[in-house]
Amino acid sequence: MPTFFERRQLVTPGDLLAEGDYTAGENTYVEDNKLYASRIGIVDYEDKTVNVVALRAFYVPRAGDVVIGTVIEVGFNGWVVDINAPYQALLRASDVLSRPFKPQKDELSQFLDMGDLIVAKIFSYDRAHNPQLSVGEPGLGKVTRGQIMRITPTKIPRAIGRKGSMISMIKQETGCQIILGLNGVVLITGKNPEDEELAMMAIRKIDEESHTSGLTDRITQMVKDEKAKRRKDEE
Amino acid sequence: MSQKTEKLIDKKGLRLDGRKLDELRPIKIEIGVLSNADGSAYIEQGKNKILAAVFGPRELHPKHLALQDRMVLRCRYHMAPFSVQERKSPAPSRREVELSKVIRESLEPSVFLENYPRTGIDIFIEVLQADGGTRCASITVASLALADAGIPMRDLVVACAAGKIEDTVVLDLMDTEDKVGVADVPVALMPNLNAITLLQMDGILSMEEFEQAVNMALEGCKKIYALQKEALKVKYVGVKEEAEE
Repeated sequence: MPTFFERRQLVTPGDLLAEGDYTAGENTYVEDNKLYASRIGIVDYEDKTVNVVALRAFYVPRAGDVVIGTVIEVGFNGWVVDINAPYQALLRASDVLSRPFKPQKDELSQFLDMGDLIVAKIFSYDRAHNPQLSVGEPGLGKVTRGQIMRITPTKIPRAIGRKGSMISMIKQETGCQIILGLNGVVLITGKNPEDEELAMMAIRKIDEESHTSGLTDRITQMVKDEKAKRRKDEE
Repeated sequence: MSQKTEKLIDKKGLRLDGRKLDELRPIKIEIGVLSNADGSAYIEQGKNKILAAVFGPRELHPKHLALQDRMVLRCRYHMAPFSVQERKSPAPSRREVELSKVIRESLEPSVFLENYPRTGIDIFIEVLQADGGTRCASITVASLALADAGIPMRDLVVACAAGKIEDTVVLDLMDTEDKVGVADVPVALMPNLNAITLLQMDGILSMEEFEQAVNMALEGCKKIYALQKEALKVKYVGVKEEAEE
């Protein structure tokens, strides 16, 4: 049962990774008892499972994910939302109104219109149906202020860090509220544009350097240096 | 032109552009050249210059084309009006429509189509300059663009042609050799799975010559595959090293 790679090696689709008694983890597949990579990424294994951390991928919806999307269509009894995934998501009117929707009385575009951004949770999704969104929890709903940035969706877990260490550090250092949509859209709300700018800088750095080690320490250092520099400029 | 066509292979056994019989044209590949596409790649193979862009998987329009059990791969092969000596009409010709289909069918086996039902992937291949063997170069570059778009794939697809000019079987025909020569055999291969996804023959070959041509093309495929991988690694290792500085 040999393996054909070194840890943290860059692989391309079709690379033979292992033969025999191994389980295919993320971005890999098995054919004829042989395990191959299916995406460009960094390969690693844990126990008998071989994983490829993809360097290029797109967001695939999963029930329970918090995402940030753009309303692209106002329909008869709900909205169509672009969540940066292969499928467009649906948000039902009754979910936003939290009461039955009456077409005679309610004008949907008064609640959400085309181009509006919303923070929502994926309520249901499977192969046969497009994802359904829900905004019926605290913290979800229309985005009214703050800044939006887009990063590679696969890098969101890195931006969260181990048990949220990375993101809570950035929140604390910059004093910004940050919502990481699992679809790669990030919402940053701070007291002033400078704080938001700083948080965006940190997240952009994570996006670019996600596969390197010791990143949390370097980001902390960068944010602190940047803050010190700004204080100096003010004086 | 007529003078050139008299001798495709000189006394030393070299071809019009000075290549040996089993030598490829020089190849240059770049990944991720277009920022608006989800994935893109560019190839120069001799005088061929081809650009490929991939979008998706995304909601398919028109919607009635969507399939309930798998995604749809769409492909457009197009030659720019300035890609050949005489201006080519930008409207899709019979040949382009056919090549679009051939390229699509040679890429389809490499993509996990069943993963994202009801969606579509669009591949746009733009030939900026043509000098024979564009279908093979297009397959090679489109496969890289798919990988760059992060689409899960069984393997990369790489294509190369061999053919017969005068009485000899040679590798990677260029335009004049293709037009004046006797036969042309394009082959597309998934190198790790050792599976052929395209095999065509235009012209007349004996059984022995055909076998020789296929084997020669497969050897060419393997050489190009090494360049494909190299290009991907340069792009992504480059990113990695920059980050570590």
